[in-house]
Amino acid sequence: MSTSTATATTTADARSATAKGVARRRARWASSRTYISAAVIVIWCLLPFYWMVVTAFREVGYTFDPTPFFTHVTWDNFATAFSADRGNHLERAMLNSLFISSVTTAVALLFGVFAAYALARLNFRGKFLVLGIVLGASMFPGVAIVTPLFQLFTDINWTGTYQALIIPNISFVLPLTVYTLTSFFREMPWELEEAARIDGCTAGQAFRKVIMPLAAPAVFTTAILAFIAAWNEYLIASILSNDATQTVTVAIANFAGAQPHQEPYTAVMAAGTVVTIPLVVLVLIFQRKIVSGLTAGAVK
Amino acid sequence: MSTHLDPAVKGGKAPDNKEVGADRKEKTQGRLAALLITPTIVVLAIVIAYPVIDAIIMSLQQDEGLDPATGTFVAGGFAGFANYIHWLFQQCTGPGGVEVSCPPGTLGAQFWSATGVTFFFTVVTVFFETILGFWMAVIMARAFRGRSVLRAAVLVPWAIPTAVTAKLWFFIFAFDGIANTLFNTSILWTGSEGPARAAIIIADIWKTTPFMALLILAGLQMIPSDIYEAAKVDGASTWQRFRMITLPLVKPALMVAILFRVLDAMRMYDLPAIMTGGANGTTTLSILVVNQIRIGFNSAAALSTITFLIIFIVAFIFVRFLGANAVESASGGAKGKLK
Amino acid sequence: MGHKMSRMYLPLAAVAAAALALSACGGGAGGGGESGGGGGGDAAANLDGRGPITYVQGKDNSGVVRPLIEKWNAAHPDEKVTFKEQSDNADQQHDDLVKNFQAKNADYDVASVDVIWTAEFAARGWLQPLTDTMKVSTDGMLPATVKTGTYNEVLYTLPQTSDGGILYYRKDLVPTPPKTWDEMMGMCSIAKDKGIDCYAGQLAQYEGLTVNVAEAINSQGGEIIGKDGKPTVNSPEAKAGLGNLVKAYKDGNIPKQALTYQEEQGRQSFEDGKLLFLRNWPYVYNLAKTDGSSTVKDTFGIAPLPGKDGPGASSLGGHNLGVSVYSKNKATAKDFVEFMTSKESEKFYATQGSLAPVLGALYDDAELVKQLPYLPVLKTSIENAVPRPVTPFYPAVTQAIQQNSFAALQGSKTVDQALTDMESAISTAVSK
Repeated sequence: MSTSTATATTTADARSATAKGVARRRARWASSRTYISAAVIVIWCLLPFYWMVVTAFREVGYTFDPTPFFTHVTWDNFATAFSADRGNHLERAMLNSLFISSVTTAVALLFGVFAAYALARLNFRGKFLVLGIVLGASMFPGVAIVTPLFQLFTDINWTGTYQALIIPNISFVLPLTVYTLTSFFREMPWELEEAARIDGCTAGQAFRKVIMPLAAPAVFTTAILAFIAAWNEYLIASILSNDATQTVTVAIANFAGAQPHQEPYTAVMAAGTVVTIPLVVLVLIFQRKIVSGLTAGAVK
Repeated sequence: MSTHLDPAVKGGKAPDNKEVGADRKEKTQGRLAALLITPTIVVLAIVIAYPVIDAIIMSLQQDEGLDPATGTFVAGGFAGFANYIHWLFQQCTGPGGVEVSCPPGTLGAQFWSATGVTFFFTVVTVFFETILGFWMAVIMARAFRGRSVLRAAVLVPWAIPTAVTAKLWFFIFAFDGIANTLFNTSILWTGSEGPARAAIIIADIWKTTPFMALLILAGLQMIPSDIYEAAKVDGASTWQRFRMITLPLVKPALMVAILFRVLDAMRMYDLPAIMTGGANGTTTLSILVVNQIRIGFNSAAALSTITFLIIFIVAFIFVRFLGANAVESASGGAKGKLK
Repeated sequence: MGHKMSRMYLPLAAVAAAALALSACGGGAGGGGESGGGGGGDAAANLDGRGPITYVQGKDNSGVVRPLIEKWNAAHPDEKVTFKEQSDNADQQHDDLVKNFQAKNADYDVASVDVIWTAEFAARGWLQPLTDTMKVSTDGMLPATVKTGTYNEVLYTLPQTSDGGILYYRKDLVPTPPKTWDEMMGMCSIAKDKGIDCYAGQLAQYEGLTVNVAEAINSQGGEIIGKDGKPTVNSPEAKAGLGNLVKAYKDGNIPKQALTYQEEQGRQSFEDGKLLFLRNWPYVYNLAKTDGSSTVKDTFGIAPLPGKDGPGASSLGGHNLGVSVYSKNKATAKDFVEFMTSKESEKFYATQGSLAPVLGALYDDAELVKQLPYLPVLKTSIENAVPRPVTPFYPAVTQAIQQNSFAALQGSKTVDQALTDMESAISTAVSK
């Protein structure tokens, strides 16, 4: 898909230029500049990750060996990360995290779209108060929220339940969700929606068929950010989860070396690798299938 | 904040929006808006408002004190603003109940330096993250072969759980770690102030630039390509196009991204806590709060409230004077300029 | 159809909102009524209670807890124990215990308490005094370990495992280990000749620094907090102790990177053969013998920490067992605590988990010594040990020690100034 777009852009560039040779040279220079930039970004982002993977595959006895290549390679650390004998239930934690993050993202997006539509599109009093409250929720130190919340959830017997983990997560991602969606909804060509309504669509139809496809990149980006934020949440999960509802971050934090004082560094890196790669793949698949489908439909 | 408050700016474009019906329309819209916003407000009320109010009440109580006769803690009683004064003026209670200026090595002595450190980290990290994030977003928005590799790579730092990231960088920056080995240096990364701060800043930039880049990228993707085409036809240079189209149109997304990064950076905890434990001038306000919670809950509540107020003021200034305002439309202005 | 859709959304939102609002009200009512206060009455309640209980401990690294609990459960079908495993991180274990005690959680019956937390938890009224019907025997336990469980002359926690510092040295370079600090510093020329570093401990600014500084001060006869709970750290002995570390750092006998060392970085350096002397815990012994990257497998020895004119005063690590005042089944809890500290259990910790026992006799057990050759040295270390300050204000006290001694090591403060500041910071901390 990207190939065809690339050629399309290049031809478009060429057509708009006056002298073809100059244009081609300029295009080639531009494209190699793009590639150089892209390469720099990829290296910057992946170099520490590479080191993480190298460590993940290194024997525990060579934990601190600073050789920057794969040496003393072993799968043991991955086995440790999933070893029930050592009290590590990473697979269960991954399912928990998947469930918690998915529900969090879905609910936050639903509520966020509601609120953002109202904020961006409707006239009502107290708009700034609402925005202020929503933003204010991102201003209190997270560590200070945990204790009262723990008291509250203990009183209603919610500690260790999924809702005790999901509801705080929703509140943590909602401010960002509402703000991004509002700012993007503000930029939408709402004339199109109104045109659609004149053509006989209802408000709901117009929103779904005209606005949602256009807003897809924004909504999708918001979803990724919310999902990853929920996936990486630690503070609340460490206090409010129990063995059965433990999330990935808590499971990894609970890793321990075979000896007291020994850092389970290689196992942590193995677990970090295991939980990161599926996440990235998942996002890419979504991006390919859903977003490109939606936007392609909208443009035509 | 003020110019675009007028609902007519957007609503006025509707062909059938007659002045007479405006008042009634506002009422029905108000009701719909209330319905749409309620879920968000309710969730925030449970999880945020309840603890915040709880903290404010606690902050007006004295920490439990030791009863010398029994050796047990007893409730401290009403404190008024004593806890706030303790932090803001770095006043501690010395032996015999005398007020003294907090000696070095107490948390009270660290309030202003922690505030300074927090601002320092916020300004530096958000500055670099904005520039780098913008650059990454611009490259990601281009169509070229292998773009998906780039997008996957950019996602990686953001996707790794923060606690793992912090551990990873802690070991990268160990004295015998990979950073010193690779660059053949022998820097005490976590052993003195400059390098310790640099290490935390590098780790934070690595981790959070993708957040910035993805938000900006979404903003870039929302810009209709025909505007660029039109500008090209009009002979606008790349720089002109960037300044006149990209920047103003991406501004709302950019501002939201910066705003939330600022709020997050001002509450930074994990990276310094794991990498340096707050040593060598890297104690942020959140680290101070955590340390204080272990010592006395009520002063910790006061410190949290102060932190909240500091962040509130920063956010207010940001929204008020820098136009980081989600409900303000940028496109109206930009489209106008193009014509 | 669109109308239906939009109509469907709105009630959905309303229902969700109502449900959440309901739960908010329920929570508010429950949470608002609570108020702080000690557990005076709780300590007298449920003393005869028997039934299922929960045991809370940090990560069971070496897999010793589960088998013991299985054994207990098989013998006590009506008083089964559930294991609640916490994180491996001590601070997180502390905060988790505090939150649950604060919430008066009856499910945290027996907790494994780090030796430095007993005073704090006891003063807050969260721990059941182990007196009267709850009295447990401390016979045969090393006296220093019992001290860590005692607050105001009352035993609140029973020692479960211990830990002490030992000196690792290169026996290929130093045939007889140094007995005193000065002797050790004298041997640093050997390290210099070999081009390696001389001495390191845990000198990064974290709890390990408190351990090392307390050892330095106690070894010179100093004391951080006196019997009356007031600081006594501004003394000539303390000055000599902290001064030893600061001077060694200035002279280069402690390498500059040692200021970034926690346990693991020091171990790495020692295993890499870059360090002549290392102060660390017994865990290093096995790893230095077996790690693939260890270059000192057969060339290192162990000795008690060097002191002023004999063995130094190690700080104590390890954990004690405490019973929550909120427990409903304290009789069971008491039995379980005794079971977990019995001779068999203690031996099991040592053989299975390399955890240092608290019973003196086990250190002379030939079979055990064969398996854990460091036990005699460790016994000397623990016999001469001085617990870190036993004070309910420990979290503030350790901050005062860490920050001021780190500044002294870095050279941004003189030793005198550091101790003066440490003294006033501690006195502020304990005069609440």
